[in-house]
Amino acid sequence: MEQLLAVELGDSYKPNAITAVCGCTDLGHDEVRRLIKAKELKTIPRVMQALEWKTSCGCAKCRPALNYYLVCDWPDEYEDDYQSRFIYERVHANIQKDGTYSVVPRMWGGITSAIELRKIADVVEKFDIPTVKVTGGQRIDMLGVQKEDLPAVWADLGEVGFVSGHAYAKGLRTVKTCVGSDWCRFGTQDSTGLGVRIEKFMWGSWTPAKVKMAVSGCPRNCSEATCKDVGVICVDSGYELHFAGAAGLDIKGTEVLGHVKTEDEVIEHVVALTQMYREQGHYLERIYKWAKRIGVDEIRRQIMENGEARQGYFSRFIFSQKYAQVDPWSERVSGKDKHEFIPMSDLKLEAAE
Amino acid sequence: MNVLSANWIAVGRLSDIPRRGARRIQNGSLTIAVFRTANDEVYAIEDKCPHKKGPLSQGIVHGNCVSCPLHNWVISLEDGKAQGADEGTVRSFNVKLDGEDIHLNVLNVSDERKSA
Ligand code: SF4
Ligand code: FES
Repeated sequence: MEQLLAVELGDSYKPNAITAVCGCTDLGHDEVRRLIKAKELKTIPRVMQALEWKTSCGCAKCRPALNYYLVCDWPDEYEDDYQSRFIYERVHANIQKDGTYSVVPRMWGGITSAIELRKIADVVEKFDIPTVKVTGGQRIDMLGVQKEDLPAVWADLGEVGFVSGHAYAKGLRTVKTCVGSDWCRFGTQDSTGLGVRIEKFMWGSWTPAKVKMAVSGCPRNCSEATCKDVGVICVDSGYELHFAGAAGLDIKGTEVLGHVKTEDEVIEHVVALTQMYREQGHYLERIYKWAKRIGVDEIRRQIMENGEARQGYFSRFIFSQKYAQVDPWSERVSGKDKHEFIPMSDLKLEAAE
Repeated sequence: MNVLSANWIAVGRLSDIPRRGARRIQNGSLTIAVFRTANDEVYAIEDKCPHKKGPLSQGIVHGNCVSCPLHNWVISLEDGKAQGADEGTVRSFNVKLDGEDIHLNVLNVSDERKSA
């Protein structure tokens, strides 16, 4: 094993400096990611065998990480292992402390309509949903849904075109926007339209940890783009690109990635940046932590200055989206993973005896 | 049911449960989680984590353990005991396989005093 690593990883392999993924292996996330590519490992059992895992089938730390790495690296070949995903990604809803679930439909760029709102109201009444809450990412969250009800709730929401908001995913969550040049007297560009465009382009993509974005129509920054994983600030001369902010356990303003002139360029740069993070990030490592590890200058160099590298990231993202942009809710309304939502049997023992 | 005594009832088939997964069995207010491991062994424990009642049936199954979906305690499927530094035990139930059929021993299932 030592030898294999020295050969595959070269000088960068320093066994003593490695923090292991978990107790099942001595390898760190970087080593695992690089060996998955170098040795073309395409299933979890293959990874565990080739990299000499110490346990028979891993644990709740390494399996979700490996599943993500394989989804990211072999988008067309790897078959997602749902039993290696946490429950919220397995049933596409967030588990709450009492074992019920929450449902957040996608509202592109935070825009909704009378038809959508009416449908949400109907669903809340029909399924007796106890709490309805507006989220920090400009979405509507229905909390306290019984697991058995999820497919029926999704079916009703789907009638007006709602799809999953992926509010549970290590993936693209939300693109928060302000009203921009459509309505605001300070707006310099169509921040709402751009936010919707980015979200439609990027939804469904899995990432090492959640990704939250925002677009503000001017430097007054009403959508708080400068504390997001990726933020765009519209200015008269175009668009300022920001990344690596945080407003959770840690608080951190964004770093400036660079300046571009058109919406198309925004999409290309934001997508390339996200793909670079997808390919290099450690599972559960947010963008700001990844950027600290890799170096903000290095990221800027690859995304802003190296057109070839940027194009490479961009096209790999597009390729993987072909397999990722499938609405998980409508799949389950059509019967996928039925076993997740209904009990295997109901004994009714007291009644029978 | 020939070799099985009257206390055993069929609750489902092995193929109803995904490998490294679980299904729930309901009995009134009691929920039992029936697990299938990677090696097709079957275990049953109450669907209620000893920490804060997390639904263990929704956790990730590895070896003969499950990691709770709420705060990642690792619970043994064999005896319901929390592993490592965590302390607590969840009720376990007797299940066995008869070919493809999963049978549950209902002797302590209907004893509701224990589930309080
Ligand atoms: S960020 Fe600027 S354009 Fe957007 S709403 Fe605020 S003031 Fe208006
Ligand atoms: S409820 Fe299971 S770990 Fe907290």
